[in-house]
Amino acid sequence: MNTNMKLPIYLDHNATTPVDPRVLQAMLPYFTEHFGNAASRSHPYGWKAEEAVDYAREQIANLIGADSKEIIFTSGATESDNLAIKGVIEMYAKKGNHLITCVTEHKAVLDTCRNLEKKGLAKVTYLPVGTDGLIDLNQLQDAITDETVLVSIMYANNEIGVVQPIKEIAQIAHSKGALFMTDATQGVGKVPILVDELGIDLMAFTSHKMYGPKGVGALYVRRKNPRVKVTAQMDGGGHERGMRSGTLNVPGIVGFGAAADICKKEMNDEAKRLKVLRDKLENSLLQIEETYLNGHKLHRLPHVSNISFKYVEGEGLIMGIKDLAVSSGSACTSASLEPSYVLKSLGLDDELAHSSIRFGLGRFTTEEEIDYAIEHVKKAVSQLREMSPLWEMFKEGIDLKSVEWVEH
Amino acid sequence: MAYSDKVIDHYNNPRNVGTLDKNNQNVGTGLVGAPECGDVMRLQIEVDPETGLIKEAKFKTFGCGSAIASSSLATEWLKGKTIDQALEIDNMDIVEELSLPPVKIHCSVLAEDAILAAINDYRIKNGLEPIKQKEKI
Repeated sequence: MNTNMKLPIYLDHNATTPVDPRVLQAMLPYFTEHFGNAASRSHPYGWKAEEAVDYAREQIANLIGADSKEIIFTSGATESDNLAIKGVIEMYAKKGNHLITCVTEHKAVLDTCRNLEKKGLAKVTYLPVGTDGLIDLNQLQDAITDETVLVSIMYANNEIGVVQPIKEIAQIAHSKGALFMTDATQGVGKVPILVDELGIDLMAFTSHKMYGPKGVGALYVRRKNPRVKVTAQMDGGGHERGMRSGTLNVPGIVGFGAAADICKKEMNDEAKRLKVLRDKLENSLLQIEETYLNGHKLHRLPHVSNISFKYVEGEGLIMGIKDLAVSSGSACTSASLEPSYVLKSLGLDDELAHSSIRFGLGRFTTEEEIDYAIEHVKKAVSQLREMSPLWEMFKEGIDLKSVEWVEH
Repeated sequence: MAYSDKVIDHYNNPRNVGTLDKNNQNVGTGLVGAPECGDVMRLQIEVDPETGLIKEAKFKTFGCGSAIASSSLATEWLKGKTIDQALEIDNMDIVEELSLPPVKIHCSVLAEDAILAAINDYRIKNGLEPIKQKEKI
């Protein structure tokens, strides 16, 4: 083992990514030297800041094939999701109040929908997903009505990386005159996502998942065919074409722009490289007895793998693989005691959901790290299974479903 | 979440992992928890028929680090005790010894349940009435 390898190895890139050093360099002058308010029109400090924001807006728009005027800066994807959904429901109240989303969405979408339902502002259809994590287009077709104002389906899932058939979903939404929005937080900067090609009307994404800083995100709002508008959810100075007030986070936006620019140039090569490493990790781990891949094997982001290690509990496993920074679908790692709702939506038993680990590779992941991770996980799984009464029962041929468990 | 040093020690060096012969007259087996809840503990005791002392205790646990540590600690404490003394082990003693945070108290409760279940299995095997939870204290 190379002693230069930094432990724990970071394999949680779906949670956040480190800032690329090139991004940081681009940002630094905007904290001190060019600290102006981009809305100050009366002096060069303001002009310089505005110029930097315009440039970043252009870089971000380029990444997704949009016009720079279609980019609204926010504090992150959660705010973008809120602004898009609440803003559309409010703006298009005359057309209807029906929303369609799906059960594996991020909480930023699900809880926004629930909030609107609770206030009586929207009726929401939550589409189920199959065991592969994909929605059924026929079910979408059946659910959509003339009252539907918005269909909001995520581009790629944050836990399993499954990529939905976005283009087809957009077509169905448009066929009934509804807008199509996607939370593409996990996908933008990782794989090519072009708004025109896919028929996206609104898209939420964020800087810190693509090697930019935290605290800055964007909402893409289509300006042509159709011209989409959202009602602002925060009152103030009318920044961002009146859709999102608040002084712009200039250094953050500059970093976001630089990050987008690097992604545009490098993401194709990066995706290829990470897919090779991901597949190596995944194939090695799936060779362990009683391990299962969660989510569709092909319709998936190239850098994510979610695996259940049956008869081993996720949090216990995470403790055993302390040299890896990963996350689990186990209840114990969250504030609630419920295991991952995403994995349960795939029809996974609670038991398998408890046993899951998400591996998220990133720009700085090396093959050496993956080799180390494989051995580390194999060893921990084997040790914990030696300690697991369930593994022993399985080995004795006892059907665990036939056991009367004493729940507590 | 940061674990206490004692939890980490029990996790890294679990005491008394293993299996006793559940058909042995002197062995009591307790299996508590459920896979879908994310923790299952199996705790076994072997009572010396001559002295009435617990001479061996073993566990296997499916669960988080705190669950593994709670059961490991329980087996340590059980050895050398009489059944009556074993019944006095309280989950809060485990919480205190391992410095478990509130969200992990259920792991200690499970360990206490496992002790009682093992004792009752032993009692039933030997023609004695099982002890109910509430009669304990």
